[in-house]
Amino acid sequence: MSRRAPLHRPPAAAVVVAAVGFAAFFVLPLLGLLERVTWSHVLRDLDDPAVRPALRLSLVCSTAAAALSVVFGVPLAWVLARTEFPGKGIVRALAVLPMVLPPVVGGVALLSAFGRRGIAGRWLDEWFDVQIPFTTAAAVMAATFVSMPFLVVTVDGALRAFDTRFEDAAASLGAGRWTMFRRVTLPMIWPSLAAGVALAWARALGEFGATITFAGNLRGKTQTMPLAVYLTLQSDPGAALTLSLVLLAVSVVVLVLAGRRAFAR
Amino acid sequence: MLVAIVLVGACSGGDGSDGADVTVFAAASLTDAFTALEQRFEASGARIDVTLDFAGSAELAAQIANGAPADVFASADEATMRRLVGAGAVDGDPEVFARNRLAIAVQRGNPLGIRGLQDLARRDVTVVACASQVPCGAYADEALAKAGVEVAPASREDSVRAALAKVRLGEADAAIVYASDVHPRAGGRDEDVEAVEIPDDENVVATLSIAVLKDASDRGAAREWLRFVTSTEARAILVDEYGFLAP
Repeated sequence: MSRRAPLHRPPAAAVVVAAVGFAAFFVLPLLGLLERVTWSHVLRDLDDPAVRPALRLSLVCSTAAAALSVVFGVPLAWVLARTEFPGKGIVRALAVLPMVLPPVVGGVALLSAFGRRGIAGRWLDEWFDVQIPFTTAAAVMAATFVSMPFLVVTVDGALRAFDTRFEDAAASLGAGRWTMFRRVTLPMIWPSLAAGVALAWARALGEFGATITFAGNLRGKTQTMPLAVYLTLQSDPGAALTLSLVLLAVSVVVLVLAGRRAFAR
Repeated sequence: MLVAIVLVGACSGGDGSDGADVTVFAAASLTDAFTALEQRFEASGARIDVTLDFAGSAELAAQIANGAPADVFASADEATMRRLVGAGAVDGDPEVFARNRLAIAVQRGNPLGIRGLQDLARRDVTVVACASQVPCGAYADEALAKAGVEVAPASREDSVRAALAKVRLGEADAAIVYASDVHPRAGGRDEDVEAVEIPDDENVVATLSIAVLKDASDRGAAREWLRFVTSTEARAILVDEYGFLAP
């Protein structure tokens, strides 16, 4: 990366505001957390039988949610960015609804859709004897519900800003629409897609409200790290802090590694 | 998270201009009963504005231990109250103001014919209970052990109300809750669930206690609310209308 010309550098005042914001909202809460951890108990806390299943489940659920977000979110963003149809504004608004909805309400909404008495869930129950609540699938669905908007918004924005003349050139060389999207469009919006995946994954990792409402809380099955932290907080706040630290460390490592690869170009 | 709790608490603190404010942290199982008691208390001409905050006892205790601005704490069990006493957060001795028992909440009409804890082990019954970290969960474990029943709950919920909600929403067939939560007269609008009693030899008695906290902004006002909750008038409401047992 080339060195920025002074003209493009933010002025001192902007740097100061950035530093204050960064310190108040990112550094201080983190320091506060670190300061409260009883380091001599960390190993004992990590030995808690709830930790490993919860961590494993968290990684499984957030990764599955990020994958599902790509599978469904990229086509959705593609449609939103490139087609015109009546009610598109409403579709776009609905697609980000989970971002503003309190997650607990999201959980109730998922129950109303896929629960035993839900709009779709009652048929699943009646015809196939399939019940989604209280399963790992429900935890994945809750995580996908809250995280997909992050991917859709990011990719939709990138596609709308994308110069379609590149696609025209590919088409003139005989590329079909799928080939064009795969070989030209996707590589060019790759940083946005990667950022969207990272955001979706991170949001899924921290997901709490929709999960405990829709999937419940059972060790090894639906108890993800945030749920384990929340319940541990009630009986042993010190151990809960240790667990949050683990979650934090895992996410920082993954995001830094992913960020390096995604934003390298 | 703790930082957030403290910040939120500070925002809602308020020092009260005229009359006194009392913030009461109360166990989730007291939601309906304390709401009724508050109305009675404030209607009785007390110049005290009571604010109620309900959650699982253990969560509330953790918040109080971290400096949440509560004046009074009402716990669903003795263990949680003892923890706060041990942490030096309580002013004076806690007072027992009611007792509770466990019951099984089932769908209205009891379609699965659940008659006791034994039936909760059936494979066609989806059971939820509280997490063992919260009082109702610890009691549920105790009752199941007494009955000698092995149950695999589909979920261990974070409060008794969350467990009950799973039955109300139709996702669970049964939940182990407090008898007061499914008392026929509690709330009066419970068309969704009904209670299956648990016999005495398999049941446990929960002790609800209340205490004024050391950091209370106005201990006099806080004590007045405590006196009301432990009064015979309040007891009559708790027992007759909300299905608690006398202390």
